[in-house]
Amino acid sequence: MNINATLIGQAIAFAVFVWFCMKFVWPPLLGAIEERQKMIADGLEASDQAEKDLAVAQAQAAEQLKEAKAQAAEIIEQAKKRANVLVDEETQRGHSEREKIIAQGYAEIDAERNRAKEDLRKQVSALAIAGAEKILAREIDKDAQADIVAKLVDEL
Amino acid sequence: MASEYTTTEYIQHHLTNAVMCTTENGIAFNKACSDAGFWSWHIDTLLWSIGLGVLFLWVFTNAARKATTGVPTKGQAFIEMTIEFVNSNVKETFHGKNAVIAPLALTIFVWVLLMNLMDLVPVDILPSIAGFIGSSAFGMDPHDVYMKAVPTTDLNLTFALALGVFFLIIYYSIKIKGISGFVKELTMQPFNHWAFIPVNFILESVTLIARPLSLALRLFGNLYASELIFILIATLGLWQLPLHFPWAVFHILVLPLQAFIFMMLTIVYLSLAHEDH
Repeated sequence: MNINATLIGQAIAFAVFVWFCMKFVWPPLLGAIEERQKMIADGLEASDQAEKDLAVAQAQAAEQLKEAKAQAAEIIEQAKKRANVLVDEETQRGHSEREKIIAQGYAEIDAERNRAKEDLRKQVSALAIAGAEKILAREIDKDAQADIVAKLVDEL
Repeated sequence: MASEYTTTEYIQHHLTNAVMCTTENGIAFNKACSDAGFWSWHIDTLLWSIGLGVLFLWVFTNAARKATTGVPTKGQAFIEMTIEFVNSNVKETFHGKNAVIAPLALTIFVWVLLMNLMDLVPVDILPSIAGFIGSSAFGMDPHDVYMKAVPTTDLNLTFALALGVFFLIIYYSIKIKGISGFVKELTMQPFNHWAFIPVNFILESVTLIARPLSLALRLFGNLYASELIFILIATLGLWQLPLHFPWAVFHILVLPLQAFIFMMLTIVYLSLAHEDH
């Protein structure tokens, strides 16, 4: 247990070990540890970010869905209105058509009746004249009474 | 316990280092080196400490080479745990920028821990193997083959570590504060007056020198004592069975603690050396 040259040998060995450790052991191992710590920190940060992004995206999707529903409802509403308008218009047109056709029929009937009346009046006047002629042939000059006959015809 | 020993001889045998030296007749061992003086080598201490140091560096370099930044293997995770442990201790204590302190602390912690753990190897195994090899391969008397396998029970090793730390303390003191700053620190504290310079110098020198001294002696004393008690327990015959176990369990705490204290004090001393008053 006396001090001897072993001291020198040990001191050299110690120095060499420390140098070796400093050169080849410590930097790569600590480097790996620190690198991994950084990677884990980055990963956690990225996952936080992704979570936030997801929440934003979900909110957006919900918003868009709501909008789409509202739009669809609006479109359906419009379509219903349009259909109602169309039906109303068609009905209106049908009505007016009918009125027109009926009015035309009445007009034709009137015209026909008037024409028949005219014919009848002419025939009646001719008949009356023929009758009056026969009655008056014997007593009255045909020409002298012509104005009276014409008056008669007018009155008919 | 070999039966032909007396207890005293047995204890002495287990606490003697294997020595190598050069004499006029070439390389000599053990008792032939008794008057070789300073230039003799404790080959068991050197062998075990360097072997364990190489083991430490081999394991850690392997881990460093295979280190990935992705999911670590269990082995890598264990190595990284050690690195993280040392790194957090260094960061808590030392606030400057220094590329040496952390690897130094790691080397001290793991290396001293490995050497301390040799204490848990049953005390007879390695000396017996060494004695067997010595007697069968070199024709030596097994009693003359020594093998003290716990390097930290050798003052040479603990002083080598402490002096390395001491050298760094002085180096960084001068590097950070300059020679004048370092001298001022030694002479103008704690009493800031020129008349007190000698008193201050004595006080501060004692403080400075006490650091490596206490580092070396604490580690040596703890390990030497625990090894001695392991050996004493081994002399008790059957009684060693119930006694050895609690003592060994106790050392699961003591051995890492001593390694940790050595590392921690190294960091503290070096961070003190970086502080400019």
